[in-house]
Amino acid sequence: MTAVIDKPPVPQRSRWAAPPRPTWEEEPSKAGVAGKGLVLALACFAILFPLWIVVVTSLSSRKTIDEAGGLVMIPKGITFIAYKELLSGGQVTRATIVSVLVTLVGTLFSMAVSVLCAYGLSRIGSLGHRWLLMLLLATMFFSAGLIPTYLLVQSLGLTDSYLALILPSAISVFNILVLRGFFMGISQELTDSARIDGAGDFRILWQIVMPLSRAVLAVITLFYAVGYWSAWFNASLYLNDQDMMPLQNVMIQLVQKQEAPVGLGQAIKTGQLSGLAVQMAVMVMALLPVAVLSPFVQRHFKKGMLTGAVKG
Amino acid sequence: MSHSTVPRSRAEADDSAQKTPAASGKAAGTPREKKDGKLSLRLRFRRDRVLILMTLPAVLLLLVFNYLPILGNIVAFQDYDPYVSSNGIVAMLNSPWVGVENFQRMFEDPDFWNAVQNTLVLFFLQLLLFFPIPIGLALLINSVVRPRVRAISQAILYLPHFFSWVLVIAVFQQLFGGAGILSQLLRDHGYDGLSIMTDPSTFKYLVTAEGIWKDAGWGIIVFLAALSSVSPDLYEAAAMDGAGRWRRIWHVTLPALRPVIALLLVLRVGDALTVGFEQILLQRDAVGPGAAEVLDTFVWWNGVRNQDFGYAAAAGLVKGVVSLGLVLAANKVAHLMGEQGVYKK
Repeated sequence: MTAVIDKPPVPQRSRWAAPPRPTWEEEPSKAGVAGKGLVLALACFAILFPLWIVVVTSLSSRKTIDEAGGLVMIPKGITFIAYKELLSGGQVTRATIVSVLVTLVGTLFSMAVSVLCAYGLSRIGSLGHRWLLMLLLATMFFSAGLIPTYLLVQSLGLTDSYLALILPSAISVFNILVLRGFFMGISQELTDSARIDGAGDFRILWQIVMPLSRAVLAVITLFYAVGYWSAWFNASLYLNDQDMMPLQNVMIQLVQKQEAPVGLGQAIKTGQLSGLAVQMAVMVMALLPVAVLSPFVQRHFKKGMLTGAVKG
Repeated sequence: MSHSTVPRSRAEADDSAQKTPAASGKAAGTPREKKDGKLSLRLRFRRDRVLILMTLPAVLLLLVFNYLPILGNIVAFQDYDPYVSSNGIVAMLNSPWVGVENFQRMFEDPDFWNAVQNTLVLFFLQLLLFFPIPIGLALLINSVVRPRVRAISQAILYLPHFFSWVLVIAVFQQLFGGAGILSQLLRDHGYDGLSIMTDPSTFKYLVTAEGIWKDAGWGIIVFLAALSSVSPDLYEAAAMDGAGRWRRIWHVTLPALRPVIALLLVLRVGDALTVGFEQILLQRDAVGPGAAEVLDTFVWWNGVRNQDFGYAAAAGLVKGVVSLGLVLAANKVAHLMGEQGVYKK
């Protein structure tokens, strides 16, 4: 910290404090600040309150839930029994493993295909560049329709295979365009100098373009991962085997049809476990990965979306 | 790599040809370049083959899963029999043609018109109630100067966008369902329980509310991006000219948002016939098709559930064609307004 010596010390501000205003800007009124705060707080409350209830109920014992007459608002006697039961083998454990694997494999596949395609299209003036771009863009205007797609997937023999959960919706043209926009913003001098040093396109992509695009890669990875994690419709269309179902589909059965998960009926009947806590625990398991991951990627959202929007 | 020395753009090609004729004219006698300075197709292919190779997996996926099924729409003109063969394509080839019979039947089907009506009602309701909220929220967040408060509230507001529809509907059910917390509270105080989740007459508001809860926060992102690109000089100049807080919003902030608002509005209209397929499908059973059937679920019900594939494909085709028209028209309007639209002109 020797370099600071000849500079005047910067006063330390709390990270909660407002930065200094420009001289021309008037101080806000107390009522104005309070009103803004209130609206924001209400909006955040509307989002967090339901989640709070879900989490707390999932952690409550049978007794607490019965006393509250249903959902629990104030945590009392925290217990992890619902999670223990759900994750000790059985339907939900299997569904969770399926969801995790499909998400991992699918995201990896989608990213590989998308990054390659985005880089391949990022050099304006390359052969066929315009045609290929048109082919991509056109899909944003039409959809072939549910029934023909359904018949096609069936004809390809993908029914009752996990490939049916990955291939039909593996890439999003929008994501590719965002990536492409970002790749195009990377300075041409950099890639050209690598080319002169003898690097091929794959090496340039891997060693120069991708390390420079970490922010947008993180955002797009999150988008794809969330897509796979949240998907249930393809599974409901193409899978018949109950044992193959991913977590979201099992959650529909548990929460909407109020069924107990297979194998847990006994524990619920004997009074050990509240059916409600089980439902809530499944919901927490479904939302946890997303809720944990997205804030980390959040600061890149605007940048990623902006480059995509401007240059797409 | 041999292709690496070949210039990629035409401007570069011209440039190098003028400056260093010896370098590019390795084969001066052979016509490697066309007269106008453009490289020959073969040479360009050799230069760009790696790039083309890279796009191949994505192009293949699109061709198979987005383009190929278009052909499958011919079942709309067939009396498609799924039991002819376990393979859908073989069954398609063996099914009898019925011309436009499926379409005639559809236009006389009150259920179809009910689905059309529900779709349009939901679209207009969402436009009216949903669309303005992200704009207001973005203005609000943008006016918050404390960085911590901004970051935290943004993180919370974005969150529900990443939840699945199954989860969002489950959460709503826990709050407003017959056994939900609100119902419970009312019963504790001697009122009747609620049936919001199963009431057909309020279903459209329920769907809109769910949409707002899930995506209104996420919607602010594009407006915030637009706002962050407004030059602070404009605000200062406005303030110098005596514009107060509200005047600056009216004359600087809102004009900056205008193009984004117009574009999103146009795109939304182009997408009018698609109103939350998964979301509505998940709640269709609880509310009944009278209120919950939209065009997408109509196709799903008739095709996947009732195995009436020809009829469902006909409905899907009509929806697809009308949607395509709407998107193209919306883009046209965007271009007329001087915006970029989905693609550049």
